[in-house]
Amino acid sequence: MPEAFKFELVSPERLLVSEQVESVVIPGAEGEMTVMAHHAPVMTTIKPGVVTVKTAAGKEERYVVFGGFADIVPAGCTLLAESAVHVADIDRADLARRIQEAREDVADAKDDQTRSKAKQFLSQLTTLEGAILPA
Amino acid sequence: MPSLKDLRNRIASVKATQKITKAMQMVAAAKLRRAQEAAEAARPYSERMGAVLANITQAIGGGGEAPALMTGTGKDDVHLLVVCTAERGLCGGFNSQIARLARDHIRKLLADGKQVKIICVGKKGFDILRRDYAALILERVDLREVKTLGFVNADAIAKKVIQLFNEGGFDICTLFYSQFKSVISQIPTTQQIIPAGVPSAPAEATDGGSAVYEYEPEPGEILSDLIPRNISVQVFRALLENAAGEMGAKMSAMDNATRNAGDMINKLSITYNRQRQAQITKELIEIISGAEAL
Repeated sequence: MPEAFKFELVSPERLLVSEQVESVVIPGAEGEMTVMAHHAPVMTTIKPGVVTVKTAAGKEERYVVFGGFADIVPAGCTLLAESAVHVADIDRADLARRIQEAREDVADAKDDQTRSKAKQFLSQLTTLEGAILPA
Repeated sequence: MPSLKDLRNRIASVKATQKITKAMQMVAAAKLRRAQEAAEAARPYSERMGAVLANITQAIGGGGEAPALMTGTGKDDVHLLVVCTAERGLCGGFNSQIARLARDHIRKLLADGKQVKIICVGKKGFDILRRDYAALILERVDLREVKTLGFVNADAIAKKVIQLFNEGGFDICTLFYSQFKSVISQIPTTQQIIPAGVPSAPAEATDGGSAVYEYEPEPGEILSDLIPRNISVQVFRALLENAAGEMGAKMSAMDNATRNAGDMINKLSITYNRQRQAQITKELIEIISGAEAL
């Protein structure tokens, strides 16, 4: 049985999770990463995706996050999400709206840099939609 | 001297007013609790954000990598004031206090020959500032339709501010709002959000000493992503504090109004009773003197 550590998932509106967990899978900006106890200190931005939390009790919870930051220290992990919801509570219409907005951003982008950024964001969103649709 | 009927009418109308203010007080109390909860729920995020920010700025070491939002443009010629007030009145001096603070600030800046631009959040502040500084107001953010304040509202305001900054619209941005101390005390506050200034890392906050962090992607890149978000968080916090403060101020204002109405009813009832008694006595005297005259 792996050692448990403290995990916190915070959105600007409220503190979603604050408990002892075994492992957390974070959609990092440069690839997914699994965090377990005694992880080396890392700070990373996260892209829109699904955070999978395995609690110390052995339950698995999934949360959808739309971008943010993860601050990982050996003693624990804090996830600052721009917006986070439990997979069960995700609002399809909201997601569709975000995707629509991202599409408009791509269309409105003035220079190449912002366009590629917007395109990347859009593809992340559509991947996310694909990932949670069967759920 | 008002007649008995006039007094009766006045008592009835004051009673009706009292009922309304009483109801408004109770509504404000319920909303205050919710606003306070929301403000409290948002606290962990801004606290952690501050810690992360301090950590990263330390990593960068205040080098030339810091984004302009943090270091500023190096000038202080054009000031942008974001004045957050309530959408509704009937909350004592809440709105006028914030507006007065903003107005004093504007006057000082103008006297120093600076250029001032204003963004008003909330109708009341706009109404007050429009009288003197209509030409300076860039725009007014309307939150009247918003039932529960969400991060998206704050984010929208912050995005506007940042966009304006990137276009070179101003050098320094200050936020005006009311800090929620308690139900009876809200303190109008100014807070400079751009340039953000480099937060000094509290020594004890970095547990594990000088743990070598890995950054993914580069610290500079994280920082340039983090700063705009931090500005949104600051605006969000200000809006939440304002919402709680507004409800607190409204609650005490309505409590006062209810009490005043009670006092007034008492006074009016005494006058009413006295007058009624005087009339009865007068009628008795008339009857008795009539009987004596016979």
